[in-house]
Amino acid sequence: MVANICYSPLVLGVTGNWVKERLAALQAFSKLSFDAFASLFSKPRYWRETLEQMDSIGVGSLTIVTLTGLFTGMVLTVQSSATLDAFGARPYVGRMVSLSMLRELGPVLTALMVSGRVGSGMAAELGSMVVTQQIDALRSLGTDPIRKLVAPRMIAGIIMLPVLTVLSNAVGMVGGFLVARFTLRLAPSLYWHSALDAIKLHDLFMGLVKPLVFGYIIVAVGCYQGLTTTGGTRGVGESTTQSVVVASVLILSTDYFLNLLILRFVYP
Amino acid sequence: MMPTLAISFQNVFYAYPGNEDYTLKDVSFDIALGGTVIILGGSGSGKSTILKLVLGLIKPESGVIEVGGVDISRLGESALMPVRSGIGMVFQEGALFDSLSVAENVGFRLREHDKLDEEEFEERVSRLLGFVGLGDFYDRTPSDLSGGQRRRVSVARAMAHSPGLILYDEPTTGLDPITGSTICDLIVKLRDLEGVTSVLVTHQLRDAFQVVQTFVMRKNGGLVYSRIEDVELLVGSEFIVLKEGRIVFSGRQTELFRSDEPYVRKFLDGQIPGSVN
Repeated sequence: MVANICYSPLVLGVTGNWVKERLAALQAFSKLSFDAFASLFSKPRYWRETLEQMDSIGVGSLTIVTLTGLFTGMVLTVQSSATLDAFGARPYVGRMVSLSMLRELGPVLTALMVSGRVGSGMAAELGSMVVTQQIDALRSLGTDPIRKLVAPRMIAGIIMLPVLTVLSNAVGMVGGFLVARFTLRLAPSLYWHSALDAIKLHDLFMGLVKPLVFGYIIVAVGCYQGLTTTGGTRGVGESTTQSVVVASVLILSTDYFLNLLILRFVYP
Repeated sequence: MMPTLAISFQNVFYAYPGNEDYTLKDVSFDIALGGTVIILGGSGSGKSTILKLVLGLIKPESGVIEVGGVDISRLGESALMPVRSGIGMVFQEGALFDSLSVAENVGFRLREHDKLDEEEFEERVSRLLGFVGLGDFYDRTPSDLSGGQRRRVSVARAMAHSPGLILYDEPTTGLDPITGSTICDLIVKLRDLEGVTSVLVTHQLRDAFQVVQTFVMRKNGGLVYSRIEDVELLVGSEFIVLKEGRIVFSGRQTELFRSDEPYVRKFLDGQIPGSVN
């Protein structure tokens, strides 16, 4: 039986409005990103604010990223050892940990953690500035909020996320080593040889390109959600939540497409 | 030729995004250089929207807005910057930057655009804080300030770059009468001593009349305030009354009192939500 679907004008109208709103949001998001990047090529540039943001994003996220990397490496070793043992491949656990961390878990988990800590903070801070008219005050004083607030955060995010990811990868491999050494009784040289020998240049490329893109996503989404806040303090809460949800979904979906692209064009 | 009008609105319509109703409908008025205009109206009548349009923070749907002789109706953000350099704005609740000190708030524009050295910056900011009676608050943060002090810092910030036009958005709302009166005296000081064109948006009639009827002059090294009770003598100030986005009255205080427009009568009697006698 063929379902008889009737699209009423109301349904079409609601759907049309939803599509229009999403397209308008996409346009505004793209314009924000473009304006932020374009502002880098003309004065004034806010280097002090950029350094402050690098400190906030980078140094401020050290603990959370280190712990995430450490425990991810440790649990990866524990989980994979049983499977590898079944094939007598326990010495390859280092390879398993290093490639998983470098290519996938390091970039994605670091981005998700930073999104929760930094992206939400940016949305809350900028959202509060919007509802208390501080953004309007900034513009009335002749200062471009995108140049002063968004561009420094974007540069900081794009620079610091790869740095944090490298740290997370390294700590993850150390975490894997600790479990391999003291629980699995694997010789250190066996673990490190397997772990480091497996890493190729294209793996490093993948491990560094992803956080660059994720850094941009976290900051752009956080700033966009913050600057489009409406509805007072309740709106600030909603923007904060939305920034984490949207950034997380974008990170995971972009990760898939980046994998496809890099595997297709970079890997031999 | 030098413009004679500080602000000119011609048939301006404006609707906030996502709102089908117009917030401002066919609004036209002129404000002369050096004049004082009080914009009255109940909550949601579009008073603050006019100030945002003057600053170019929002763009009109249709109509023309000129500020200092420049048509700003369709200007982009960068082209608006020179226009904004001639305008100061005192926002509702002050809109001070929480992360900066009082001095950094007041001197924000000086630091961003004028690139003053530290000594000159301190001297200018101290003078501005002294003008609003907060000379001892240089290193405080906005969270340490009361509502009235925040508004005074906001006034100091608005006058930091010596603008010819200052917009006041409900500067006395939520303040006790004495503190509100202090803010009104500041507005009068700026108008009479610095020659600033003033646009005051308020729903507090008492404060509106205080600004219009009070004058200040320097005498023997001090300031002397005087109040003119005969409103027939007040020629430099105008009132605009807004009702649901339309101008229902425009004229001097004496005409306001004589107006038989029902909304104006109700407003003067304090019967409109948001109007305070």
